[in-house]
Amino acid sequence: MPQTLEPLLRGHAFFAGLDPEYLPLIAGCAKNTVFPAGRFAFREGDPADMFLLIRDGMLALEVAAPGRGPITVQTLTVGDVAGFSWLIERHHRWQFDGRVIERIRAVELDGACLRGKCAADPELGYELMRRFAVLATDRLQATRLQLLDVYGHVG
Amino acid sequence: MWADTEPWRLAAARRESADTVTLGLEPPAPFVFDPGQFNMLYAAGIGEVPISISGDPGQRTRILHTIRDVGAVTHALCATPPGTEIGVRGPYGSHWPLHTAEGGDLIIVAGGIGLPPLRPAIYQALRHRDRYQRLVLLYGARTPRDLLFTGELARWRGRFDLTVEVTVDVGDRDWRGNVGVVPDLIGRVTFEPGTATAFMVGPEIMMRFTVRALLERGVPEDRVFLSMERNMQCAAALCGHCQLGPFLLCRDGPVLSYRQLARWISLREI
Ligand SMILES: Cc1cc2nc3c(=O)[nH]c(=O)nc-3n(C[C@H](O)[C@H](O)[C@H](O)COP(=O)(O)OP(=O)(O)OC[C@H]3O[C@@H](n4cnc5c(N)ncnc54)[C@H](O)[C@@H]3O)c2cc1C
Repeated sequence: MPQTLEPLLRGHAFFAGLDPEYLPLIAGCAKNTVFPAGRFAFREGDPADMFLLIRDGMLALEVAAPGRGPITVQTLTVGDVAGFSWLIERHHRWQFDGRVIERIRAVELDGACLRGKCAADPELGYELMRRFAVLATDRLQATRLQLLDVYGHVG
Repeated sequence: MWADTEPWRLAAARRESADTVTLGLEPPAPFVFDPGQFNMLYAAGIGEVPISISGDPGQRTRILHTIRDVGAVTHALCATPPGTEIGVRGPYGSHWPLHTAEGGDLIIVAGGIGLPPLRPAIYQALRHRDRYQRLVLLYGARTPRDLLFTGELARWRGRFDLTVEVTVDVGDRDWRGNVGVVPDLIGRVTFEPGTATAFMVGPEIMMRFTVRALLERGVPEDRVFLSMERNMQCAAALCGHCQLGPFLLCRDGPVLSYRQLARWISLREI
């Protein structure tokens, strides 16, 4: 019998404080996954219909730049979430390459499955949207700070 | 201003990164300073600049200064050949309140050229390691090539009694560490906000966001200390060049608590 993923979901920072009654629903869209170091968890431009709750390891979000080689714009590690394209209309494609720096253990959530459950239960939908809004805002702020290039040459 | 001071001798210069050099200067007599203090360094015929002391306070006969080449004076200092005599006056300014931090966790946050002014405090805290609970160093730079003191960072990382997290704004394939901004590291490390004291130096924008992250975690305003390295000229509280609100940073600072600075730090055009 497959093991339930509820304890892993409950233990992940992303779902902290979530009403436990939603956990079985979400677990129905979840599976355990491992990506070995050096591999890609996803590639830029590929359909993005899942996201990862990282439990262990490190993932680099890379973008290929002509003449410069791949540039890492962010790393994700334990407690982080990779991917919110699956949730956003017209954006169901990965925006970056996800290269595994250290072996990743993660819970993978199926986007189509979760969208279906959110449509059927708007309260769950709102909960998830709220969490992803925080995540997206944090990312946006960090990106702005990176763009400011605060360590750049003074003057 | 130099007539009554004997020059110091540049004993060694060490390149830390493409634009940053550490000068090992020998004072005419053993030199005592507190972590966080700075000296005024004079490049002959060009001018004088405030530079923090970046070495171990226990070392009194060779005093380190780590300098980023950003303009005329810092360029001349970075290019000075060993053996040359350099005008030095100091030490000036307030110091890191290591005693205030005793008994609790100490979080040291550095961005870019902000690591050198904090290094003496790290040495001091490690020397008296039993006086603190957790000791955490968070350090960010623009790219992996801009990281300073990499050998030492690697050694510190190997210690069980010091947590070291390093991040860069932009990484490449050879970099296996964090990519992201310094304020985000605050949420990643374990510490007890109620007893923690934070020391911080970096670009002001980085410090403002990092202060917010620390306050959000519950670190009290009067236990967050910043070194305000805005430009100054006389270092003797005479010229007013370094005034920030009611403070003359050369005399009252550079190290001040966020509680003292909160009203002034985010004002525009000061
Ligand atoms: C208390 C204190 C401690 C310092 N410690 C160090 C240190 O350990 N290592 C180090 O490399 N630098 C340090 N600095 C900064 C250093 O003093 C300046 O970079 C230097 O004065 C620049 O002089 P310059 O003639 O080379 O360049 P300038 O031609 O005077 O300036 C070059 C460019 O840098 C900008 N600039 C100058 N000073 C500053 C500053 N303080 N902050 C931000 N931008 C500035 C100018 O606006 C200009 O655009 C410290 C400053 C202070 C006030």
